[in-house]
Amino acid sequence: MTLSMLYGEPRVITVGAQVLGEALDRQAVPRREVDWRPPLPGASGALARVLADPRRESANATAVGRMLSARPMLTGVRPAREVLGLKAGEFFHAGPPITWERASGPMRGALVGAMLFEGLAATPEEAEDRLASGAGITLDSCHHHRTVGPMAGVVSPSMWMLEVADAEHGGTAYCSLNEGLGKVLRYGAYGPEVIERLRWMGEVLGPALAAALERCGPLDLRTLIAQALQMGDELHNRNRAATSLLVREIAPAVVEAAPDHAAEVLRFINGNDHFFLNAGMAAAKVSADAARGVPGSSLVVAMARNGTDFGIQVSGLGDRWFTGPAGVPDGLYLGGYGPDDANPDIGDSTITETAGLGGFAMAAAPAIVRFVGGEVSDAVAATTSMYEITMAEHPAYQIPGLGFRGTPAGIDVALVARTGLLPVVNTGIAGRMAGTGQVGAGLVSPPAGAFTAALDALADG
Amino acid sequence: MNDPVNDLVEVRPGVYRDSVTLMRVSRALTDRPGVAVAVVAMATELNLGLARDLGFAVPPATPGDLLVAVRAASPAELEDAAAELERQLAARAPASGTRGEAPPRTTRSAARAFEASLALVSVPGEHAFAEALDAVEAGLSVMIFSDNMPVEQEILLKDRARAKGVLVMGPDCGTAVVGGAGLGFANVLRPGPVGVVAASGTGAQQVTSLLDLAGVGVSHVLGVGGRDLSAEVGGRSAVQALRALDEDPATELIVLVSKPPAPEVARAVRDLDLATPVVAALLGPGQDDLTTAAEKVLRALGRDVPEWPSWPAPASRPNTAGALRGLYAGGTLCAEAALLAGAGDFTDFGDDSYTRGRAHPMIDPALRLEALRGVASGVVLMDVVLGHGADPDPSSWLAPAICDAVDRGVHVVVAVVGTDGDPQGLRAQAARLNEAGAAVFTSNAAAARHARLLAGG
Repeated sequence: MTLSMLYGEPRVITVGAQVLGEALDRQAVPRREVDWRPPLPGASGALARVLADPRRESANATAVGRMLSARPMLTGVRPAREVLGLKAGEFFHAGPPITWERASGPMRGALVGAMLFEGLAATPEEAEDRLASGAGITLDSCHHHRTVGPMAGVVSPSMWMLEVADAEHGGTAYCSLNEGLGKVLRYGAYGPEVIERLRWMGEVLGPALAAALERCGPLDLRTLIAQALQMGDELHNRNRAATSLLVREIAPAVVEAAPDHAAEVLRFINGNDHFFLNAGMAAAKVSADAARGVPGSSLVVAMARNGTDFGIQVSGLGDRWFTGPAGVPDGLYLGGYGPDDANPDIGDSTITETAGLGGFAMAAAPAIVRFVGGEVSDAVAATTSMYEITMAEHPAYQIPGLGFRGTPAGIDVALVARTGLLPVVNTGIAGRMAGTGQVGAGLVSPPAGAFTAALDALADG
Repeated sequence: MNDPVNDLVEVRPGVYRDSVTLMRVSRALTDRPGVAVAVVAMATELNLGLARDLGFAVPPATPGDLLVAVRAASPAELEDAAAELERQLAARAPASGTRGEAPPRTTRSAARAFEASLALVSVPGEHAFAEALDAVEAGLSVMIFSDNMPVEQEILLKDRARAKGVLVMGPDCGTAVVGGAGLGFANVLRPGPVGVVAASGTGAQQVTSLLDLAGVGVSHVLGVGGRDLSAEVGGRSAVQALRALDEDPATELIVLVSKPPAPEVARAVRDLDLATPVVAALLGPGQDDLTTAAEKVLRALGRDVPEWPSWPAPASRPNTAGALRGLYAGGTLCAEAALLAGAGDFTDFGDDSYTRGRAHPMIDPALRLEALRGVASGVVLMDVVLGHGADPDPSSWLAPAICDAVDRGVHVVVAVVGTDGDPQGLRAQAARLNEAGAAVFTSNAAAARHARLLAGG
């Protein structure tokens, strides 16, 4: 056996006692020191078992390889009733499964709004009573139905959904249409203007976009996202470039396909910098879903919050959720709102971080560091720290400011437990009280317990 | 009672430094005038209890937090100590990489950014597996200085390493020299024709230091970990290392240093059919001692065997025969001395049971000093191991303690394992210990025989 270290100049990685590293420095041996810390408390036993799993190395390569090779295409816009088989009284919601009893203000508000929108109740009070009684009502997690929804993420049968197909692996994922900012259903608002907007989206926006997409053909979201990253978006809290690119792609087709409504449709999309968010989420969802179900893999395939719990799913652990309490984001508040008005973290939009976007791509979007009152260097630090807990660098999603390095992609539960570094999540902040709407935006940390619980399950498996 | 005004107690969440570094910081603070006691340590149950026992009001903390507890004679001195603490911690902060980016947090991440030839792992044993596996998966050989690693993890690592064509040196591997770089506790050895495969760190240091004194250098010293030649581990790394040195054109002769291997492992090693001659230095009853093994190597290379340097004790003291106490830092040296002395009470302070939660005695002399001070009569036999990684000036604390012991009528015999190239300087250290009243030897076997004689054996 030829042992390569015996030939050539020794170059050493040191991890542990500094005195041994200093001894190498005195010998002028080139070295890199690891800034090692103990793993998350209580994780070391499970870590040893998970790391020793002979399936792990190749399982992770397979899982993350699938996620990174996904080619999400926006193929259509269709009513949830049709594509998801939703029936009256059935609602999907963001995050891990939750009951009305445990639901937070904005989740309840969004469900009330959806009841009103579907004509299942005449007043908010009636909607609340019916939801509380549970009669004829079914709630389930979006993620159980190839779907994601921002913030409360409530999906009801009459809503129109973006349909994204993975041209590489054949999966499909769905996300609702973005309503804009301020008082909107996804932030728990359910006033008349909210319901009216949803109606217009179902009657005008959805059909117009569907017709336009039929005309111009599927839209390559992988390419669009890659371009938007190079234009200053991170695809979670900043979607300005991606939305502009989307409009550029579909505007002629909208004019041709729906000449009577083209102006209002394009004006609506242009007036909402976050319109692309939902398409990006569906693209991230279809990519992450491609990585599901690889036995032995410690890759995170979903991170999602329902306003009460923060949950994750892991490739090698099927559809089980591992949860911890959702934290309150740290950020900037709109108008007179402050931290006391904030609801705990909510929404499926953390699917963007799961796929290597959002907080993980923050270095691509220095403009958003305003949300946390930070410096551009904070954005770079956030992204570079995520390379410590991810398995790979995205081959298509690149960050110009980091020398076109691929975004850190594919969270490894084991690396989170080893480093104690939690995923950096960019997010909007919903008001605590049902009906309030958005109160701010900022950064939030997932609960470490969700990751150690998943690690324990991997160790037992 | 303690005046709480002059106590500084704080917990710094998420701040980590290794135990040796923190021991040095604590010592630097304790050495300051006006500082009564200073505990700067990770907030493990053990350390929290220690601080509480010292009367500090310790807040709740987790083992991932840094505990600081300092008591000074006056508020001004406490303030000075606090400032010194910041200086010490800042000076020992992890180095950042080029371009100022954050340093890597795992060996895996370091291997991505830095083209390395091997990794040196010395984190606490229960966490060493992850770092070592990172290295192996990145295609790097790895030296695991850490001890207390479960044997099944060792076997798994060695099997993965063999599949990847890399070598696992350790766990509990104290020394290695690879391509001229001394790793762990490593003497400064001249380059030469002898390759060493060692399941015993201080054993290898003794053999190679004697060879160096005889003018013969090494190609590489590959540690394999103390358990490697056991029946359980089956010589997994030793076989790989022997084959690798056999292929190395710079290696003309191989020395295998180990406790006697399990019989089936000895057979496997014998059956390797190497082109390079192998001299075995297998410590145990009926085997050559390490010095004899080094002499065999010299003869095999056609070199003269010199007289090993030694410095007899000044003969002015009255002789009081008595029991023999062996106070050792090196495990193999301790076993060799106990074997040759025939009788006596030997303690290996480098044993796992003494190093859990504290630094190795080659770095932290406290326990051995305490033991030496406790000897009232008879003969004390000790080792002092020089080289990189070891105490920068062991005679500075040992010489005064030897002086006191000799004044009590105790005979002190010291085996100094080191070379002229070692940063501490072999002859300077030996001279100072000798002046303090000790008989000093470069051969541990010679030291043990001398001690036996003094003890009347």
